[in-house]
Parts: sequence; structure tokens; C-alpha cells
Amino acid sequence: MSATLATASYIGATILFILSLGGLSNPESSRRGNLYGMIGMTIAVLATVSGPHVTSAGYAWIVGAMVVGGSIGLFASRVVKMTQMPELVALMHSLVGLAAMLVGFANYIDPAASAEFTGAAKSIHEMEIYIGILIGAVTFTGSVIAFGKLSGKIGGKTLLLPGRHWLNLAGLLVVIWFGREFLHAESIDAGMMPLVVMTVIALLFGIHMVMAIGGADMPVVISMLNSYSGWAAAATGFMLSNDLLIVVGALVGSSGAILSYIMCRAMNRNFISVIAGGFGSEGGAPAPKGEGAQPAGEVNPILAAETAELLRESKNVIIVPGYGMAVAQAQHTVYEITKVLRDKGVNVRFGIHPVAGRMPGHMNVLLAEAKVPYDIVLEMDELNEDFPDTDVAMIIGANDIVNPAAEEDPTSPIAGMPVLQVWKAKTSIVMKRSMATGYAGVDNPLFYRENNRMLFGDAKKMLDEVLAALKA
Amino acid sequence: MPQVIGVPKETAAGEKRVATVPEVVEKLIKLGFAVKVESGAGDAANCNDETYRAAGAQIVDSAAKLWAESDIVFKVCVPTAEEVGLMHAGQTLITFIWPAQNPELMQQLAAKKVTVLAIDALPRMLSRAQKMDALTSQAGVAGYRAVIEAANAFGRFFNGQITAAGKVPPAKVFIAGAGVAGLAAIGTAAGLGAIVRANDTRAEVADQVVSLGGEFVKVDYEEEGSGGGGYAKVMSEGFQKAQREMYAKQAREVDIIITTALIPGKPAPRLITAEMVQSMKPGSVIVDMAAERGGNCELTEPGKVVVKHGVTIVGYTDLASRLAKQSSTLYATNLFRLTEELCKTKDGVINVNMDDDAIRGLTVIKEGNITWPPPPLKLPAPPAAKPAAMPAKAPKHGEASAPASGKSTAITFLIAAVLFWFVGAYAPPAFLGHFTVFVLAVFVGYMVVWNVTPALHTPLMSVTNAISSIIAIGALVQIAPPLMAQAAGSRPEAWILGLAVVGITLTAINMFGGFAVTQRMLQMFRK
Repeated sequence: MSATLATASYIGATILFILSLGGLSNPESSRRGNLYGMIGMTIAVLATVSGPHVTSAGYAWIVGAMVVGGSIGLFASRVVKMTQMPELVALMHSLVGLAAMLVGFANYIDPAASAEFTGAAKSIHEMEIYIGILIGAVTFTGSVIAFGKLSGKIGGKTLLLPGRHWLNLAGLLVVIWFGREFLHAESIDAGMMPLVVMTVIALLFGIHMVMAIGGADMPVVISMLNSYSGWAAAATGFMLSNDLLIVVGALVGSSGAILSYIMCRAMNRNFISVIAGGFGSEGGAPAPKGEGAQPAGEVNPILAAETAELLRESKNVIIVPGYGMAVAQAQHTVYEITKVLRDKGVNVRFGIHPVAGRMPGHMNVLLAEAKVPYDIVLEMDELNEDFPDTDVAMIIGANDIVNPAAEEDPTSPIAGMPVLQVWKAKTSIVMKRSMATGYAGVDNPLFYRENNRMLFGDAKKMLDEVLAALKA
Repeated sequence: MPQVIGVPKETAAGEKRVATVPEVVEKLIKLGFAVKVESGAGDAANCNDETYRAAGAQIVDSAAKLWAESDIVFKVCVPTAEEVGLMHAGQTLITFIWPAQNPELMQQLAAKKVTVLAIDALPRMLSRAQKMDALTSQAGVAGYRAVIEAANAFGRFFNGQITAAGKVPPAKVFIAGAGVAGLAAIGTAAGLGAIVRANDTRAEVADQVVSLGGEFVKVDYEEEGSGGGGYAKVMSEGFQKAQREMYAKQAREVDIIITTALIPGKPAPRLITAEMVQSMKPGSVIVDMAAERGGNCELTEPGKVVVKHGVTIVGYTDLASRLAKQSSTLYATNLFRLTEELCKTKDGVINVNMDDDAIRGLTVIKEGNITWPPPPLKLPAPPAAKPAAMPAKAPKHGEASAPASGKSTAITFLIAAVLFWFVGAYAPPAFLGHFTVFVLAVFVGYMVVWNVTPALHTPLMSVTNAISSIIAIGALVQIAPPLMAQAAGSRPEAWILGLAVVGITLTAINMFGGFAVTQRMLQMFRK
């Protein structure tokens, strides 16, 4: 295949990738969108392999690597549970980061790759290698740590080293200084040392950055790493002077950046402060409890049978799921309850907060897995106004996203965060293990409201009881 | 000794309602009261003496005897002078009174040293009072009946039909005023299959109109018409002019107009002029539910059905009474709920507790002292305004949140300009080409991704993950490139090959796994 034909195929692949992302604008077109993505990828790979840059000597290696990697990937995609989706995505980000690193190194030690560059072009080429490896390394370790945190292999607590901002700054300065050294290196061997030092610092920085971020900020971290993996691909594209890589990298990078932005807005937090890590720790210590108005009053417990009674007698029910539902694997029971209620003519809908769960859209995927039809799963903005007409709002394993203090108490650490206004429903039922505070460490005045009931216990077990009572 | 609740036969001409029905009698007895009903009181409402007796009530032959033996009297209509004469000191009367319109009656009742609870004086703002709100329950019945009267006088079907004999268009109904009666009329007319439009000066009822199957017609003029307490107020001249134009237009288009517009303490607003009636199609119907207060239509004759300019104008003032069984049942339930409030001890003795906001409002005469009008309600202070920090509504994706301030926009542009100048000044042309592609791709990505629905954010991440394995190309071109002779010697073949193969393997995991898991997820999204 000639070079021009390969380039033309790349353009086709680019269009298919854009269509693929565009298809995700609604669930109907999304399946086709994914198909476009696959076709685009196939075209891109085939065009490259049969193009002028690959000789037949490499075919056997390529096929072998593809078969090995492909079967691992297919196997993983088949066995992964939907609740583990965030872990899988984090792991895959790390692979992209690692691959970007490897490609960067391979490119650097290949004298043929830089043979055609001189002067400014050569400096730029080396800078591209340097930056590509840097981003790849940060993405790699950052994603590995995120994976560890999500799968519970590393504790969800934030690890805050003393003077961590200074550490990061020092790291950055060292990276810049070695960047200078690298550009001025006479030979490949001389440049190797600064490159390796930078890589090590970048790897450490990735670990340090994600270790400092707590569990509920994971949606931001995951989407940020998503973005990084894209920029890594784009940097590789610059390095190889390959427009397809640049375009795809830019698409993925901006997609991840937008997701990060959406997640931050949903938490009313600044991107920088999320990345800097530690919630409410700007002043040093975590926000002391009882700051602002301390909610007081009676908590009204309720039994599963009474919950079933309430649900059966209502016309409008909104279910607000949170990470707790994912942890308890309760989504199938939730669907069973929904089905029973819908058969009885109860209007059941789901209200999803943008940051519910551990990655963007996590709850939607879980509910979809449990066969909940997506047209009754609504966004916060779509149904927040409907709570006053709602008989029962059932909150399953969520806390901060339904905290009225965010709207009513300007001194609250989460003041201004958009929340689901469940307290406006005639009755709200909170399913929770205990009275413990949520991730933000803020007490939730909702629990003390007159129209709120607490259903204590494991979400799965309690929902099973509710279901049994409903069917009885 | 339980108190006796007496229910006399209504004496007003044409009144068919009765203040309690047998089902409610049972409940009253359960509260501890004894119930006496005048013979024939419920006949017009399909409740004969026998059913009352079966429910546990005692039937009394004459009104005089009933009034004498009762401690509490339930009535529907404003009592006549004759009835007031039958009352005795210490008695309690619960009925419609309209104290503002009937000052003489109030004096007469006060002179009798009785206690009077005017069901029409209920503070309707109290949500607790809704169950006792007889104005609402009766207005609902009247609204329903208004549509039935209209259908009776109207010569066509309400719903559109396609029959063997031809196509029948649906009737168009316009309802002026979407209060309780108006909303009931909207629901009934829509239920019969008509096309229903409605208007109200209070813009906030638009949703209720739509929820009942009507279409809200706006007056093309900005003014808020809510006068507090859920009532309307008198509107400005400019608004009234715009409103008249809208009514004139509707009059030409619709087949049936039902007017329900009332303003507290004022004559009913004149909404439908003689010219508008003239402009209506022959055979059209107007039901004027405000007839008692002068009517919303100029040509209405209260209490009568008249035909003018070929249009039937129904001016009945007793619409609720024309559905006597239904309105009596609802009214009886309202009074029962009130009795529950009065007798919380369930021992058959009422306690007119003047500290209770609802009962204080209802009580217009307490043991001979006129206590009307009541002091203003101490409603709980409205919740404080939301903190300003709270964003009114997160902007929908796809639209800019708010135009950034001029200063920050300027700074952004300045920084961008410097960066672009830097790139343009130092970078070689080849780089600039790639840079152009990069910048444009970022913008394409930005535009495309904002359109992704939040429900699909997880699939979005996994699909972007899959396509970022495009980085495989980087490894592919390194694995066995065609080499120029001079470079071949110094190339560390084994190293590069190793790195590239590992790179391809890693990205292949991502490529296949990412697409496969995305597919798996997307298959699950179904309606």
C-alpha cells in the first residue's frame, strides 16, 4: 500500500472515530457508534501494517502480539463485573500510559527515527519524546494506583505527605532541568540518563498524585487519567509525525478533560483542589464536625415491611442510588422492586447524580446491567423539580449527593454543590448501614427531617426484605 | 352525655343537598355523637329516611323539634330568619354563612347566644384544612356539572369520531379561570374527548391545566395575577385589554365556553361581552359559573338558561346542588373531618378550641360574640431565600454556562495569542502542520463530547480508552521499518523489537478489551 493510500485510510479512520464518539449522544445510536470505532481501528491498523513503514519481517511479531493481547483483552471484557467497571477502565488507562512510554523509549533509541531531523526540528522531536514519556509515565502509575484504590487493594484514605505541594514543585523543577540536559545531550547514550531520571520522577509523581485523592473524588481522577492517556497518544503522534495519532489523542484528551470538568462542577469543586487532594484539608485539618449548624433532632427508623407498605401506596417513587448500591451489589434487587411497583402502576424513576459512584455514568451502567429501562433513569436536572410531587424518595447508599446542607447551610463544606432535593418528597427513606457521615465528613441534616425515615442495614439484605414484603 | 348532631332539611328553594349522608352518620356515631335527621332531609340527594335509620340516626318529624333537640346543627345553605328563630342559646351551627355578605344575619345569630362555624371562612392556606375545605369540594362538583350542562345544551359529540356516516370533529371547549371548578371542568371536558383550552391570570396554574389534559392559553401581557391565598386579583388596564382580545379570539374559535372567574369580595369580572357572544358559532354554549355574582358574561341571566344570538347561555347558580348525591357526600365528609378536629377526644363532645388556627378561622360567632374577621394567620415564616451561592440550575450540557466576563476572556485570548506567536516564531513548518491538526482535533473532540448523554459516560470512557490504543500504530511502525542502509548498523534491533512487541501486546489488550466491554455495556441499555 502506498503512503498516500495509507494516509487516506487514516483520514477514513479519523472520521469513523469521531462518528464513534458522536454516536454516544444517545443509547440508540451508541451501538452503531461503537461499531464505527471498531471499523476505524481495523482500518487504521491494517493500513499501517500494509503501509510503507512496516516490512514483511515484522508480520509474525505483530500477529503474535495482537493475538496474545487481544485474547487477554477479550477475556477480561467478558469476565469483568459491571461493578468493577471503574477498576477495569483504570487498568486500561495504565496500559495506554505504559505503551506510550515504551513507544517513546523505542523511538528514542532508534537512530533511524530521528535521522531526518536537524536543528530546531530535532529539538522539537526530542521534546516530543520527552513529554510523551512524561505523560505516559504519570498516566501509568496514576492509573495503577487508581486501580488499587478502586479494587480495595489500597485503602481509599488519602495519603498526605508533609509538604506534598513542595515535593511536587521540586519534582517539576527537576524534570524541567533534566529536560534541558536531555535536549543538549550529544548522543543517544548521553541523553539516556536524563530521560530515565525524568521517567522515574514521573512515575513517582503519578503514584503520589493519586494517593492523595480520596475515594469519592475517583470520578474526577478516572476521567483525568482518561484525558492523560489521550494526551499521551497525541504526544506520541507528534513524535512520530503521525496525524492519526494526534487526532485520536486530542479527541480522547478533550473527552476526558470535559468529563473531569463535569464531575468537578457536579461537586462544586475546583479541578485544581481535587487534584491537589484532600477534602476540606486546605486549612490543614479535615473540617471539624459540627461546623456551621449542627443538625439535631430525632431520627425515625423504619422497618422493611413498612417501607414496602409505603412504596405500595405511593403513586410516584424516585430511587436515588449511590456507591453503596454498587458495593452491596443491590442493583438486581432494585430492579425487581421497580418491576413489582411498575406492574402495580406506580411511577418509578431513578435520579442519578453526576458523581454518584466511582466513575462518570457508573450508576447508569449498573442499572442498565440490571435491565432497568434507560428511559426511567434520569439526570439530576431532569427530575429535581419533581420531588415535591413525589410520594417516596428512596435513597440507596448515597449520602452527600442528597444533603440539604449543600443548599441551605452556607457554612457547610459542601455548600453550593448541586444535590438531589429528596427532602422535598412527601417521605424520604434513607437506606444506610449506620449514621456515619459520607465521604465529605459532613453530617446530613436530611436524616433528622420529620419526613425522613432511616432503614438501617445492608442495602442488599434490606432490599430483599422489602421485595419479599412487596410480593407478599 | 353525648351531644346531638341535628341535620335539618334544607329550606332554600331548589336546594337538593343535605349536610350529612348515611355513610358519614356511622362515622359520626363512632366519634361518640348521637345523630338526628329531619324526615325527608336527604330525599333529593337519594338518601331516604330508611338509610339514615339503618346507619344509626334517629329520624325527627319536624324542623322545630330537630332544632330544639340538637346541640350541634349541620346545614348547607345560609340559615333563614325563620331557622335562626328556632335556635337556642349554647347551640352550635356549622354551615355556609358568608359573614361579609350577611351582616344582619350575623347580628341575629349573635343575639341568640349561639356559636357559629362558617365553613366558608376556613383558612384555606393551611394544608391541614384541605380535608375540611367545602368550598373546594363543592366547586369541584360544580365544575363537573358545568361540563355536563354544556354537553346537554350542545348539539354535537364532544369527542371527534370517524363513523361510517362521516367524520365528526371534536368539540372545542374554552375554560376561563383555572381554580378548583375550572380544573374540574378541564378534566371532565378532556375526559369526554373535547379539545380543551384554559386561561387564568395566575400563570402558575398553567402546569395544572396541562396535567389535566388542557392547553394553557396565555394572555400576551406580562403581569403576575396571584392575589395571595390562591385567589386571583384585579388586573391592570393594559392586561385587561390584552385579555379581551384573547377572549374575543377564543370566542370565534370554540364551541363551548365555561367561565369560572371570581375575585374575592368583588363582582365577577365581565369577560365575555355581547359582541363576543354574537361572534360565536350558532349552537355554541356558554356556562357561566359566576352567575351568582353577576356573571362573567354580559348576557347571563342568573338562575336561567337563555338563548341569545343563537348561543345557549346557562346561568344556573345551583350547579353543585344539581349533583346532589355527590356534593352532599363530599360536603358531609368535609363536616365530618371538621368534627374530628373539634372532638379530638372522641367522646361525643365538641370543643371549639380558639387556639387552633383552623378552628379560630372558622368560628365567626363564639357564644354570642362576633369573632369575625379572625386575626391574620400566623403562618410559619416562608423559608429564607436560598443562599446566593446556590446555582439556580446547572446549565445543560452543550450550552455555555454563562458568557465569561470580559476581563477573563481577554486574558485567555492574550495568553493564547502569546503561545501561538511563540509556536509560529520558532517551530518548523512540519510541526506547525501537526499542530494545526492537533488544535482542530481538540475542538472537534470538545464539540462531539459535549453531546454525549451523561448516562453513557462510562461507555464513553471505555470507548475512548479503546481508541486510545491507536498508540499501537506507534509500536507497529517501529517493529520492522524499511531501513536506509547507513542507519542500519547502529540500530539496537533487539531492544526496539522487544519494546515494540510489548507495546503492541499492551495496546491489543486495550483495543480488543475496550471495544468488547463497551459493546457489552451498550447492549444492556434498553428501553
